[in-house]
Amino acid sequence: MKVLVAVKRVVDANFRVRVKADGTGVELDNVKLAMNPFDEIAVEEAVRLKEKGKASEVIAVSIGPAQASETIRTALAMGADRGILVKSDGAVEPLAVAKILKAIVEAEKPELVITGKQAIDSDANQTGQMLAALLGWGQGTFAHKLELDGGAAKITREVDGGLETVEVKLPAVMTTDLRLNEPRYASLPNIMKAKKKPIEEKTPADYGVDVAPRFKVLKVTEPPRRTAGVKVKTVAEFLGKLKELGAL
Amino acid sequence: MAALVIAEHDNKTLNDATARTVTAALAVSAPVHVLVAGQNCAAVADQAAKLAGVEKVLVADDALYAHRLAETMETLILSVADKYDAILAPATTAGKNYLPRVAAKLDVPQVSEILKVIAPDTFERPIYAGNAIETLTAPAGKKVITVRTTAFKPAGDGGSATVEKIAAAADPGLAKFAGEELSKSERPELTSAKIVISGGRGLGSAENFKLLDPIADKLHAAVGASRAAVDAGYVPNDYQVGQTGKVVAPELYLAVGISGAIQHLAGMKDSKVIAAINKDEDAPIFQVADVGLVADLFKALPEMNQELGKLGY
Repeated sequence: MKVLVAVKRVVDANFRVRVKADGTGVELDNVKLAMNPFDEIAVEEAVRLKEKGKASEVIAVSIGPAQASETIRTALAMGADRGILVKSDGAVEPLAVAKILKAIVEAEKPELVITGKQAIDSDANQTGQMLAALLGWGQGTFAHKLELDGGAAKITREVDGGLETVEVKLPAVMTTDLRLNEPRYASLPNIMKAKKKPIEEKTPADYGVDVAPRFKVLKVTEPPRRTAGVKVKTVAEFLGKLKELGAL
Repeated sequence: MAALVIAEHDNKTLNDATARTVTAALAVSAPVHVLVAGQNCAAVADQAAKLAGVEKVLVADDALYAHRLAETMETLILSVADKYDAILAPATTAGKNYLPRVAAKLDVPQVSEILKVIAPDTFERPIYAGNAIETLTAPAGKKVITVRTTAFKPAGDGGSATVEKIAAAADPGLAKFAGEELSKSERPELTSAKIVISGGRGLGSAENFKLLDPIADKLHAAVGASRAAVDAGYVPNDYQVGQTGKVVAPELYLAVGISGAIQHLAGMKDSKVIAAINKDEDAPIFQVADVGLVADLFKALPEMNQELGKLGY
């Protein structure tokens, strides 16, 4: 079976973003960009399925600017077979992303789509669920463990109360949580090999999807900042201070 | 028109997240109706009917909704969606699971995890792990919204809504429930506890993590953890506080052996008072802590337990 993974290029998880002084967004110049960490987990899971002989081909899709091809290359270096870049310069909202992915799924006919549960820039946590709904497929979100069993995927999910397992008919959409796997680092030979793997370039118009934003962002601001309080050396002082603050 | 709030519950008890979502819903559209989907969930419907500001409770009591799978919730919510101009769910793992499906089918962009309702179509929401706050206006038409529940006060009691049964929607037959492992605890829930005590990698092992227990018991606190502690296997995933785990805003958040990565701070920085114990006085957690104890936690925790005992806790 084919597996499709959707990957997003985002600000590196270890980088602390700054809000632009004019309130129009966050500073993205001279910022390190990388694959969304949850999407790395998605690629890893797909590649493992291929290594186990369960997947025949892994296709990595990214929707974004020309540089998103670097993110696809990362997926290819991890073991994906080929890429599709849907070029779009502005931010694309989750619903439009889901519509583009739906069109790609209809053309490529994968049995499983895997993507991160959320992108760490917009923190929307919507795309996988929206894609599943648009396709009329079942879903296993926030995946902690995946077992493929005939025509179904047994997906254990990280939920507020602990873990929940659902059995979803294939084809299906799965979104990844942190503990599904630990993504590999691409080896140098694989990075070299990835350079020869094909990336097809498309545009949203090729899929008939309008990516004009539906939300109007009025402003982006700094959250209220907390300031450091006092540091103490003894437990007695510590508890005393907490009492003083009315916290105990 | 009205707003519809999707109830969060375990078929017996209405979760506090619902009451908080009702507060957000009242700012978006009124009156507010609550949809309780479950199995043998009449008690939950009665609890929802008592929430102030709720006019009507819709109950879909059917085996199909015993575990509220996303696929079945989608068709149920869509079966009543016409009557509402806003549909809201708490941004819990349940709400996040089913609501985007509803939004997609309605061809409406979803507003995720709102922190504030500025106007019925304008909201604040966190982006970049809460390092920036976006104010956005949703397009005309139906609003589909998940609510960061810690940002809203729970609706009070005193309501007397009517309770109306509704029929189950068609079973899409896409998925079935296959089991669960829920953490059992006598302690309060992380997201609604007044005091949260969280441990990090500094605790060093699952065994040591238990050092937090007697203190949590004395303070009636919930126990949480950093991602590092969960990844290291000290505690299960549902303990995780942070950007991708649970977001908490208690009266007191006590971070023990937690360095304070951005992703962790995102989940607790709205706590009223933050206190931290860490032996590294340069740990980033101290930059947000109102009170910091620079000490070896293995000495500090037993001593704190003793001191609290003396203070009558």
